[in-house]
Amino acid sequence: MTTMIETSAAGKKISRFRIDLRSWLFWLIMAVWALPVVWLVSMSLRDNADILSSFEVIPSKISLDSYAQFFADPSWIGSYMNSITYTLLNTVLSLLVALPAAYAFSRYTFSGDKHLFFWLLTNRMAPAAVFLLPFFQLYQAVNLFDTALGVALAHMLFNVPLAVWILEGFMSGVPKQLDEIAEVDGYKFGRFFLTIFIPMIRSGIGVTAFFLFMFSWVELLIARTITATAAKPIAAQMTRTVSASGLDWSLLSAAGVMTIIPGVIVIWFVRNYIAKGFALGRV
Amino acid sequence: MDAKRKNNKAWFLVLPVVFVVAFTAIIPLMAVANYSLQDIQGADNRIFVGLDFFKRVATDPNIQDAFARNLTLSMQVLLIQIPLGIFLARLMPKSGWKASAALVVVAIPLIIPWNVVGTTWRIFTRSDIGLGGVLVNKFTDYNLSESTFDAWVTILVMDTWHWTPLVTLLVYAGLRSIPQAYYQAAAIDGASAMAVFRFVELPKLKRVLMIALLLRFMDSFMMYTEPFVVTGGGPGSSTQTLSILLTTIAIGQFDIGVAGAFSLMYFLFIQIFSFLFFTVLTLDERPGATKVTPKDKRKLREEKEEKPVNSKLKKVLK
Repeated sequence: MTTMIETSAAGKKISRFRIDLRSWLFWLIMAVWALPVVWLVSMSLRDNADILSSFEVIPSKISLDSYAQFFADPSWIGSYMNSITYTLLNTVLSLLVALPAAYAFSRYTFSGDKHLFFWLLTNRMAPAAVFLLPFFQLYQAVNLFDTALGVALAHMLFNVPLAVWILEGFMSGVPKQLDEIAEVDGYKFGRFFLTIFIPMIRSGIGVTAFFLFMFSWVELLIARTITATAAKPIAAQMTRTVSASGLDWSLLSAAGVMTIIPGVIVIWFVRNYIAKGFALGRV
Repeated sequence: MDAKRKNNKAWFLVLPVVFVVAFTAIIPLMAVANYSLQDIQGADNRIFVGLDFFKRVATDPNIQDAFARNLTLSMQVLLIQIPLGIFLARLMPKSGWKASAALVVVAIPLIIPWNVVGTTWRIFTRSDIGLGGVLVNKFTDYNLSESTFDAWVTILVMDTWHWTPLVTLLVYAGLRSIPQAYYQAAAIDGASAMAVFRFVELPKLKRVLMIALLLRFMDSFMMYTEPFVVTGGGPGSSTQTLSILLTTIAIGQFDIGVAGAFSLMYFLFIQIFSFLFFTVLTLDERPGATKVTPKDKRKLREEKEEKPVNSKLKKVLK
């Protein structure tokens, strides 16, 4: 008996040690994983002459000139705000059209529902390159070329199917009895949906909003094609600088760091739901 | 589970989505189909050419090469990222602030704009100012603008860096949904780590792994921005993906007939692939699905031959 207890205690010690080792290994891998981004940050904090003249792992002098330049130049800060505008617009519009549709898919069967659902999903799988030329012509024809609304609409191509997919997962987790009880209690559908149902799945809506924001924020090819100057995204501003002669690595890095910040903020808000979103909503 | 009600009025709820997707997908696709069937030489000078452009696309050696190249890339991406993603997810802290911090850190590559991922790696791999490039050059000659091998490996490493977190988060979410009791039962039986993974975790992960496979295949098959920024498809055409080639044909050469036919075939291929995946994914959920597949039969056979420890474990789990 005593020997059994002893061995189990020893086993516990070994397993705790192993867990520690695993944790260390994980953070070590993450440190390596972070290197490219850390390097980007380091480049952004040095001025261009310094970057080109000496190779330093730890910067010897820090300069915030690139960030100052980023905020002072309207073509940089302007395109940054453009990106934020169309991304938010896309998130809101996608949620608005996807919420009722996801509810329909999670609660009812109707003629052609499976086909419609699959067809929606295929749009998430459409290569953006396929749509470049027609988008260019279409958005010019309807006067949405080079507008934030145009980019937001274009990004709905892949974001609306995604939103319907994730929300349907969350909504299916809410028991159908809830709807029936509300109906018996005399709730009209609209009031039930807005005051009871939506608050119940708000974490799901938060997670969906995160993914919508993310996929619209990271996309470049479509956004670049249907804009020129007025709604130019920050990503396009960066590629245009790349193709110009005489690269300002420092400014480019500073702009890169700036594009990472909104995403980090959004992740921080939904961090506790991300895993749940992946599991339930099958992103 | 109670059945869903049949109600065709639900169509009213999906109408907004149908309108939006009609505008963003159907109209452009019809335009693409239009390009692909006619040789448009001027505003009112167009000749119907039937399937000529499709034949040209199917026999174009550049497109065939890009197709094979992209397929190879996608397979390598899957072979590396799926196991690596599972490995990382199992290492991730499971609770407390460490778990939150780990989630945020893991998710960061996913929220970086794709061209910034490219820019980050372009800077990182430069042999004069990039940490990665300088380090690798200490051991071996590394130049991604001249060596096709270096360029290919760089794209693969960059994509792994960028997208393995997606697999990790999916698997992590799957692991979180496994009740603690399963692990306890396995521990009582003295199951090895391998047995726990094979008999407790893997069956529960089947669904998320299918999603991970699907998403990683599709996205790597449509990859454009990151390799475009880092290598521009070069050296030569060694890292030219299908999307880069299509964009070159459509916008660079403005050969819209060929581009249209290429687009439709490209889209169709991905559609067929996602249809197969979708069918497989929802196979278990379908009413009247065949319960005993050859794979199940094999599993049953294996169960009989299993070591006593594993069958005991299984009994506890049931």
